[in-house]
Order: sequence, then C-alpha cells, then structure tokens
Amino acid sequence: MNRRAILAIVRRDLLTVSRSKGVMYPLIIVPLILMVAMPAALGYFMPASTRAPNVNIGELEQFLAQMPATLQAQFATYTLEQQLIVYMLLYMFAPLFLVMPLMVSTVIAADSFAGEKERKTLEALIYTPTSDMELFVGKLLSGWLPAMAVSLISFVLYGVSANLSAWPTMQHIFFPNAMWLVLVFWVTPGAAALGMGAAVLVSSRVSTFQEAYQLSSIVVIPIVLLVLVQALGVIYLSVALTVALGVVIWIAAVALLWWGVRTFRRNEIIARW
Amino acid sequence: MTAQASAVIVTKGLTRRFGALTAVDSLDLVIEQGEVLGFLGHNGAGKTTTVRLLNGVLTASAGQARVLGLDPASDGVALRRRTGVLTETPSLDERLTAREQLAIYADLYDVPRSQVSARVDELLEAFQLADRGDDRVSGYSKGMRQRLALARSFLHKPELLFLDEPTSGLDPVSTRQVHTLIREQSRSGDHTVFLCTHNLEEAQRLCHRVAVLEHGRLVAIGAPAELGRNLWQGVRLEVETSPACVELASSVIHAFPAARDVTLAEDRPILTLALADREQIPQLVERLAAAGAPLYRLDPQEPTLEDVYFALHGEQEATR
Ligand SMILES: Nc1ncnc2c1ncn2[C@@H]1O[C@H](COP(=O)(O)OP(=O)(O)O)[C@@H](O)[C@H]1O
Ligand SMILES: [Mg+2]
Repeated sequence: MNRRAILAIVRRDLLTVSRSKGVMYPLIIVPLILMVAMPAALGYFMPASTRAPNVNIGELEQFLAQMPATLQAQFATYTLEQQLIVYMLLYMFAPLFLVMPLMVSTVIAADSFAGEKERKTLEALIYTPTSDMELFVGKLLSGWLPAMAVSLISFVLYGVSANLSAWPTMQHIFFPNAMWLVLVFWVTPGAAALGMGAAVLVSSRVSTFQEAYQLSSIVVIPIVLLVLVQALGVIYLSVALTVALGVVIWIAAVALLWWGVRTFRRNEIIARW
Repeated sequence: MTAQASAVIVTKGLTRRFGALTAVDSLDLVIEQGEVLGFLGHNGAGKTTTVRLLNGVLTASAGQARVLGLDPASDGVALRRRTGVLTETPSLDERLTAREQLAIYADLYDVPRSQVSARVDELLEAFQLADRGDDRVSGYSKGMRQRLALARSFLHKPELLFLDEPTSGLDPVSTRQVHTLIREQSRSGDHTVFLCTHNLEEAQRLCHRVAVLEHGRLVAIGAPAELGRNLWQGVRLEVETSPACVELASSVIHAFPAARDVTLAEDRPILTLALADREQIPQLVERLAAAGAPLYRLDPQEPTLEDVYFALHGEQEATR
C-alpha cells in the first residue's frame, strides 16, 4: 500500500468536504444540539420539574418502576431526582450518541463517492498510479477519521455538559460509566464503518450527493428503535448488551465494506458512466 | 507480440465493446518515441475509450496493447506512473486552490517530496496561473481551468502524454496559449504525445503524424501532407490577382461549382481554394479571364487535413 497516495486522497477529500456548507452544517449543528444543548437542558431542568406544583410524583415513580430490575438495583440508594438524571443522561442518550459516527460517515461518504460522481472529478484520480484498493482505502479513511474525531469530541463535550448541568443534583461525577466506554471505543468505530459501508452501497446506485445522503441516513433508524425499546423498559444497555451490539454492527460494517472493496474497480466505475 | 524497440505504443486488434456497440474496433497502431500523434475523429469515434484502454483504466474486450513496454491490463499502476493524462473534462476539484490541487497530485504521482513546492511554483508560472494559484478553482475561467488541468498532467514529467481534446470549447486566445504550452512542453526532452482532437487545424499544427478514426476503426494514418497526397486526388491552389479585382475574382471563384473551402487573405489580394480534380484548373482560369480579373500567380499548395477528411468522409461528414 502506497501510504503517501492514500494520505493525499484523504487530504484532498477532507479539504473538499470542509469547504462544503451542505456537509459542514450538519456536522457542527447536530452534535451541538444533541450532545451539548439537550443534556444540559435535561440535567438542569429535570430535577426542578419534579418539584413543580402540578407534577404527579406517583407517575414518575411508576415510570422508573417499570425499568429492568437490575437497573433499579444499581441505583437503589439514589433519590428520585438522581434516578431520573442517571436514567436519562446515562441510558436514554447512549443510543443517540451513535447518531454521531453514523451521520458524519454517511454525509462525508455520500459527498466523496456519489458527490464525486456528480461533480465528475473522479476521472483524474482514476488515472493516477494508485491501485483500486488504495483509492478505496483513501476514500474510506476520509470519512472514517472525521467520524471518529467528531464522535470523540462529542463524547468529551457530552461528559462536560452532563456532569456540569446535573451537578446540583448529583454532587459527584457520574458520567461516563463502563457501558459508555464500551460504546465509545468499541461500538462507535464500528458504527462509523457501517455508515461508510451504507453510503458506499447507496452511492453506487444513485448519482447525486443529496440522494445518497438521504438514502444512507436510513442506517439511523435502528438507533431510533433502540431508543424506543429502552424507553419502554424492554431492555437497557448493559455492558454485555453494548458489547453484543458492537459485534452486530461490526459484522454488518465488514460485510458492507467487503462488498464495497470488491465492486470498487476503476474499470467498472469508468464503464458505468 | 513483437514490438519495435523504440515504439512507445503498440496495439494489435485492440477492441472495446459496450453491449452491441463497438467503441474501438480492432485498432492496430505503432507510435514511436518522441512522436506527436494526432488521433483525429468525430464525437463518438472512440478516442476517449482508446485513451482509457491504453492507460489500463478500462479493460479491452479483445486484442492486446503494450504501452512503454507494459501491459496496461496487468501493469496499470506502473504504467500510469509514467503517463500523464489530460482528461476530456478537466476533472478539477472546484473547492481546492490550484496550488493545493497540484501538491496533492504531486503526492499521488510520487514527485520527490523535496521537489514538490518548487515544481508546483514552476508549473503555476509556466501556465500563467501564478497570481491566481491560491484562489479556488470555482472562480476560474474555462481557459484557466484547462491550463491548470494541463499543468497537472505535466506534473511528474511523464514520458507519454495523453491529451484528450485539449482545446475544445476554448476561445481562440486560450486555444493559442494551450497550443504554445503543448509545443513547448513536448519539445523539451523526448516526450511522446497522443493528442485526441476533432480539430483538423490543431492536428495539422501540432502533430507529426495523424491517425484518422471513424466509428472505432482506423481509416488512415500518416504525416498530414503525406496523407493528403495519398488519399486526395484534388489540388489546393493559391491565386493572386490585383488589389482592385479581388472582389470580382472572389465572386467568380465562389460561383465556380467545383471550388471548395475558398478563403481570402486578409492583407493581400490572394485567394486559396480546393478543387477535387486538376482538370478543373483550365476552366477556372478561363472564367477568371472572361470576367476580367488578372491572374498574376497560380500556385499549388500542400493539401490540408480537411482535404483528406473530404476525401475520406464526403462533404456532409466533413462539415458536420
Ligand atoms: N462507458 C460507456 N458505456 C457505453 N457506451 C460508451 C461508454 N463509453 C463510451 N461509449 C460509447 O462508445 C463510443 C465512443 O466513445 P468515446 O470513446 O467517448 O468517443 P470520442 O472520445 O471519440 O468522442 C460512443 O458511441 C460512446 O457513446
Ligand atoms: Mg472523447
């Protein structure tokens, strides 16, 4: 593998992407809302809401009572307010965090695969002395690296935002727990790869960045499902379940990328135009 | 396949089909080192497909090719290290500056790291982009884009340069600039140039030899003048008359049914024209004399590629 060429492709794609408003806006705004503003608001206002005059404490207690027993046992010593915080900020938000790697990787991959087809800029790259594999790896990294960077930054910001806003209630640093570490360092890289794979697959079928981005955003749906199932108290993200989730995501990612590597052949790409 | 020692490109029966369409049909070519070959054909003749086949970015349906001694199908990476390609659409990254673009391609073509910045400066200078080198391409004119794309194809000093319609869609000034740049760059050293064009004049001005392609098939190859002599039975004439009678002579010649491609020199009373047959000359002279236009001189000229085109394609095709 020609490292210099791969890095040149990454540099080219990142420069291109960083100068596109259509790509950069979601990359900045979504993490700020989802990972900073929302936890801050929840951490700060939720405890206060339990003291509001028209709130039925019984309903809140009922809501917490339907949570899995193991989870309830973990927080037996917490007050009602603390339980609400821990439940929302540690558990409800965890699946939402996976939106970061998925969104960043799909938006960038849609730009660098389908967008490039749309702009007709791939041809000069195809004539360079790179192998098909080097081209593909370069393009993969140019989506995967920023996806990881945005995710890690979001993780840190989320931690600061959650701990700070909930400090009056919690009085100690409660975030992250072991499950979050598994989520960030095992599931997130897989999710970033899965987003790349999905966008590569979709990009081979459609011809514009917008179509590719919208279609590949479908990978976010399972996450919404996960949020719902957890809210209903069916499951909760234990360490073991998070590890298992990572395994599933990695398998799906590797399968998609395996397919991608085999179909990313310059002579087929050029013949399909 | 036995290749001549000095040949840079040798193809034998090279063929590429797309479904029922044969884009390149049993192409046999030998191109020598240092040669500037014009690859002439209408839109859809198969020029771009041939460039792709010869660079190993498209696989052939049949036949073989050797380029710089390598097989494009199996040694594509090694081959592309030594070729430069100006693609038909400039294929530039709109959101990057010229300098960024050249630096990135210098990495892709493995230009020694210590030389990259000097080489980029040198090219920006040579292609008259130095003052706009740090602007994004999205603000460039068509001529600037073409110069940048051309600079990019020269970046690694390729031994073999493919230029796919380098001046199509450019205004006359940009066209002349591009022609000058191609000539300068191809003169320095023993570069071989494979120039695709549908512009006869361009081929005639820049190329040592011309290959004429029609529907994927090679119909003629040779030096422009030689092609003319072999394929064209007609004559090309230069006619000098008196300044006072230019208009008159011009109208007589225009009215002469066998005359084609009649042009008048800008500053002198000289007309050029083509006749399909030398037997028509006496008739033309008679008509001019009858109209009272004096004939000072009547010179035969080298046939142009356009004349060859007429011979090969007939009137409708050549003026298409
Ligand atoms: N990828 C492709 N798929 C189908 N047909 C193609 C493809 N590329 C070229 N062709 C067809 O092959 C013929 C030759 O095309 P091309 O090599 O681009 O011609 P030129 O460059 O001389 O204009 C045309 O009829 C074109 O439509
Ligand atoms: Mg073409």
